[in-house]
Amino acid sequence: MNTHVRETADLKADERVLSIAILAVGGQGGGVLTSWVTDVAERNGYRAQSTSVAGVAQRTGATIYYIEMCPDDGRQPVLSLSPAENDVDILIAAELMEAGRAIMRGFVTPDRTTLIASAHRIAAVSEKIVPGDGRGSAEEVHASARRAAKNYVSFDMEKMAVEAGSVISSSLFGALAGCGVLPFGRESFEETIRASGRGVEASLRAFGKAYDEAHGDGHSEATGAPEKAPERTVDTHLPLGGQPESEDPDPRAGKNGEAGPQEMGRRAAGHSGEVAAWQGLVERIDAMPEPVRAMARHGSESVVDFQDTRYGSAYLDRVEEALRADSADRGYAFAEAAAKYLANAMCYDDIIRVADLKTRSTRSARVRREVGVDDETVLHVTEYFHPRLEEFCGTMPAGFGRWIEGRPGVSRWLSKRLDKGRHIRTDGMGGFAMLWTIAGLRRWRRGLLRHTVETAHIDDWWSLAMRTRERDYDLGVEVLRCRRLIKGYSDTHERGLSKFDRVLSALPMLEGRDDAAPWLGRLREAALKDEKGIMLDGALETVASFAGEPDNTTQAGI
Amino acid sequence: MAERSFAKEVQKLRLGEGEEFAGEGILAITKALLECGVGYVGGYQGAPISHLMDVLSDAQDILGELGVHFEASASEATATAMLAASVHYPIRGAATFKSTVGTNVASDALANLASGGVTGGALIIVGEDYGEGSSIMQERSHAFAMKSQVWLLDPRPDLPTIVKTVHDAFELSEASNTPVMMEVRIRCCHVHGRFTAKANQRPTMSVAEALENPRRDTQRIVLPPASFLHEKEKIERRWPAAVDFIRERRINEFFGPEAGKVGIVMQGGMYNNVIRALQRLGLADLYGETEVPLYVLNAVYPLIEDEFLDFCADKDAVLVVEEGQPDYIEQGFARMLYRAGATTRLAGKDMLPMAGEYTGQVMLDGVGAFLRAHAPDMLSDRLRAPNTVETDRGTDGLAANVPGRPPGFCTGCPERPIFAATKLVEQELGNHHIASDIGCHLFSIMPPFELGATTMGYGLGPASASAFNAPDAKRRSISFVGDGGLWHNGLTSSVGNAVFNQNDGVIVIVDNHYSAATGGQDILSSRADNKSKSTQHPIADAVRGMGAKWVRQIDRTYDVNKVRATLKEALTTEEKGPKVIVASSECMLNRQRRERPLLKKAIDGGERTVKPRFGVDEDVCTGDHACMRLSGCPSLSVKSLDDPLRDDPVAHIDHTCVGCGNCGEVADAAVLCPSFYRADTVYNPGKMERFADRTRRRVIGWLQNRRERGRLSFAEA
Repeated sequence: MNTHVRETADLKADERVLSIAILAVGGQGGGVLTSWVTDVAERNGYRAQSTSVAGVAQRTGATIYYIEMCPDDGRQPVLSLSPAENDVDILIAAELMEAGRAIMRGFVTPDRTTLIASAHRIAAVSEKIVPGDGRGSAEEVHASARRAAKNYVSFDMEKMAVEAGSVISSSLFGALAGCGVLPFGRESFEETIRASGRGVEASLRAFGKAYDEAHGDGHSEATGAPEKAPERTVDTHLPLGGQPESEDPDPRAGKNGEAGPQEMGRRAAGHSGEVAAWQGLVERIDAMPEPVRAMARHGSESVVDFQDTRYGSAYLDRVEEALRADSADRGYAFAEAAAKYLANAMCYDDIIRVADLKTRSTRSARVRREVGVDDETVLHVTEYFHPRLEEFCGTMPAGFGRWIEGRPGVSRWLSKRLDKGRHIRTDGMGGFAMLWTIAGLRRWRRGLLRHTVETAHIDDWWSLAMRTRERDYDLGVEVLRCRRLIKGYSDTHERGLSKFDRVLSALPMLEGRDDAAPWLGRLREAALKDEKGIMLDGALETVASFAGEPDNTTQAGI
Repeated sequence: MAERSFAKEVQKLRLGEGEEFAGEGILAITKALLECGVGYVGGYQGAPISHLMDVLSDAQDILGELGVHFEASASEATATAMLAASVHYPIRGAATFKSTVGTNVASDALANLASGGVTGGALIIVGEDYGEGSSIMQERSHAFAMKSQVWLLDPRPDLPTIVKTVHDAFELSEASNTPVMMEVRIRCCHVHGRFTAKANQRPTMSVAEALENPRRDTQRIVLPPASFLHEKEKIERRWPAAVDFIRERRINEFFGPEAGKVGIVMQGGMYNNVIRALQRLGLADLYGETEVPLYVLNAVYPLIEDEFLDFCADKDAVLVVEEGQPDYIEQGFARMLYRAGATTRLAGKDMLPMAGEYTGQVMLDGVGAFLRAHAPDMLSDRLRAPNTVETDRGTDGLAANVPGRPPGFCTGCPERPIFAATKLVEQELGNHHIASDIGCHLFSIMPPFELGATTMGYGLGPASASAFNAPDAKRRSISFVGDGGLWHNGLTSSVGNAVFNQNDGVIVIVDNHYSAATGGQDILSSRADNKSKSTQHPIADAVRGMGAKWVRQIDRTYDVNKVRATLKEALTTEEKGPKVIVASSECMLNRQRRERPLLKKAIDGGERTVKPRFGVDEDVCTGDHACMRLSGCPSLSVKSLDDPLRDDPVAHIDHTCVGCGNCGEVADAAVLCPSFYRADTVYNPGKMERFADRTRRRVIGWLQNRRERGRLSFAEA
């Protein structure tokens, strides 16, 4: 797709104007790019006219800039002020979904339009607020773009710009120059950047990289979905504010557990007894058939990291139990799902885990990396906690925790004192020591109330899945996958639990049907669509209607 | 301090006779005002006129040198009332605002001004916010011109024509003793182009000279019997004078061949799109040389009857290109043709849509349909009978995947936590009737907040909740109004009204220290020093001055717990009368613009400086996105983890975070999750601080090490 574009052969320049539309997200700096394009046209003896709609541009909405140009022969041409369908030569999309929007609006036509689109994503609010994964498909946009455009140039120009210490205008300008549709030499583009006078060196770096990539001199393939996530690892200090950072370019990857191949295992170090015990676990994992082995390895690391190798062993006991009941001709789908969701279930989010994760040395290093400061910089880190009485009781010995929960007077008294927001400085001695101490409760975790509750819940879920699998293999797999619904803390966690229960409440209605498994899957997906579960309610009604049991609210034995 | 500075560009306003001006439409208009010897200018900001106000504001030194008085008016009504200075005195004056919302507000003053008429040229420049990117109801300014009988100019959207039209407008106003409106469409305001400048003129009479030699004439005041005479004068004297001027000065233009079977009449503002359509139909070249006779109305009101009838004389059919509805121009022309007994067919809204913007494609379709119907021989075979093969763009898949992207709160916006708190209060107390207002805070109606049922006009949020005053109801209404809207008219229309009528509702005044939605202009309650304006007048004082008793001032809106508690108290207190909450924090866009250079200077200068930002612990985040449902911040987004155990993307804060604190406060107030952290980078710490930090980290490191020795840790192989 990134075939080197012919130089203006089909543009009878003195007869027709060249039109360039820039679709951007407000705040991306489309105005800068627009003025650059105007400037480079004028440098080359063209007459250019640019327009924009100010206002929404600053406020994160989609916005359009438009430029028309033609060779200047002294006469005043009549130029249009806004792009029209089927009448755009170059369409620059400063974000991938804006390319999709341009195609939908008819600004991209196969006989004429060169589409230059940065492949990075800036998720819209509607994509972010979905409890599951609400992001649109990047591949769909790439596929449409390949069909709709005469030439399609797409790569992650945001990443390229940030790596060069610049902003996306520079790399978009580079791609525009590199694609060769404008009959202007590279030097004149660079002159334009120099004349702008701010951050010139960084802008030229980003420009050059994008130029090469679009020109076909880049080392990697320049079109289609980029294969790697454009996540930045920043060593240098970043400028204040600036551009929204890239999002994952390919949201479909990693969905439904279909993640790409993982390197097997990480190196274990630390307590010698634990290292030896870990070796024992690794041997058990290695004995497993392939698809399960990888997942069990990840799962084991996760649960051992959460508690200890004994916990890891208990985890593997169950994975092996699932495996014994599974078979190769099923592709071990049940055991694989078990390995994944059992690990997640066993690593429930209690205060101990949070305190543990927040006090590790690797965490300190990650914070510094994300903030973009070196090891010497003084960095204050404040954590935002709001533990409730439930969390407090969960960290008590099971009997005592229940005793408190059973006494409303005591609960109220304690709640008044405990249930409030706490801002804890983990770079300070007091705050760190407190969390470090809480993390140390790990040793006694098995006797604490939260663990008892979670274990009972896992036991019920597990036996339900095992029982269901005996009757309907695929449905059993789906029961395991419903564990995905339980996440979050406090209210969010309770909402997740309730969705989990509601989805599984359909089990008696579905059992025995050929399409039981896909329906349970649909219910789960519906539950992930919105916060309150309105979609789920609708889906449940549908199930009830065809199952002929409209009033069935029986719990599925959990 | 406005969002965009024109400090550099305004120097172009000094250009002299014959020099070439290159720049934006709004700047060209300002230059034209100075060339015309304008004596005073007023206006109210609002797209697309905001930048014109910003240009004028940044050009105050230049205006001062010329003896021109400039005022950022309190409202569009104020700006229009200001033109009263041209009633008795031969001073040219201009007012500018966004239309039609501003024209609505101005219409009282406009009607009075138009009735008595003017001596000095009075020009009202209205920015038409119509079509793409518009933020207001879609109506026409044309109706205002018709009802008040002021003349409406609609210049072709290129700089030389716009500048010439400003010159014409003042002369037309003086020749007909009538105020003149000039409409410029949104893209026209921001179009870049060139024109040859004239020298700036000092006003023939300054406002100071007028003040020292006051004049009056009872005949010009709107009170019977003068007002009855004004109406007759409009028809008998001013209208004919305007028609003569427009005809003699050739304000309207003709293009293309003299004769032809068909012709097109258009508003000046439509000209470029008509030419583009003709270019695409093979009937015009790049420079607008066309085979179709064109009649371009740079003056759309009044219409010049004989000019139009002459144009139609030899034609079978004429197309009227008139954007928006009702089709006033077409109706006027139809009457003229009918009365004249003409046989020319009049086409217009039958070929072009009645409603909606005339975009390039709409124009191509409409002009094409007209020519196919009335002059098919002018078109090539392909265009005469095009093969209507529906090209499948394959956009079905896109429609499901491309998300809508409406404008929303900026990164770090101080209004976000107010609506997060409101959402939390509603979760607790149930849904309420919420009245919204005009301003950035109207973004509350969009996801993730989805709060607000109506918006009735600028400053009218609480007024629009005034019917909901039922003391026996269990719930109270909540209404929002911004600081801009409050000073525009909300203080009387909304707060005063609520006090007077003993409304029990809750009024939240969103105070971000600026007229933020229009570009960050200063207003009475702005906290900044402004060398030409009086600022720092507290809103709470004004509200108490209006008689409100229950008034709460919140000085940091990011304190979600406090906003929530205050709102809850307002909704439940026994106290009667309006409950007013003034929620104040500086607009983050402006704050960043103000602080960023200072911060950089402090860091470079070796001063101890702290810069905050937020982060998310990805291993603590469970990917439920509850935080985003209470935020919508552009810097808080989702990312996929490289972890096969995870199904859903986790929260992630990128480097555009300004550390406003909303994430942490919301996580706390809504009891969400402990994944957020604030990281404050300390630049240039002192020696002691460094030492203490090193010591702390050594101890922490020892503790970490000790813990990690006693367990198993996994590291990338």
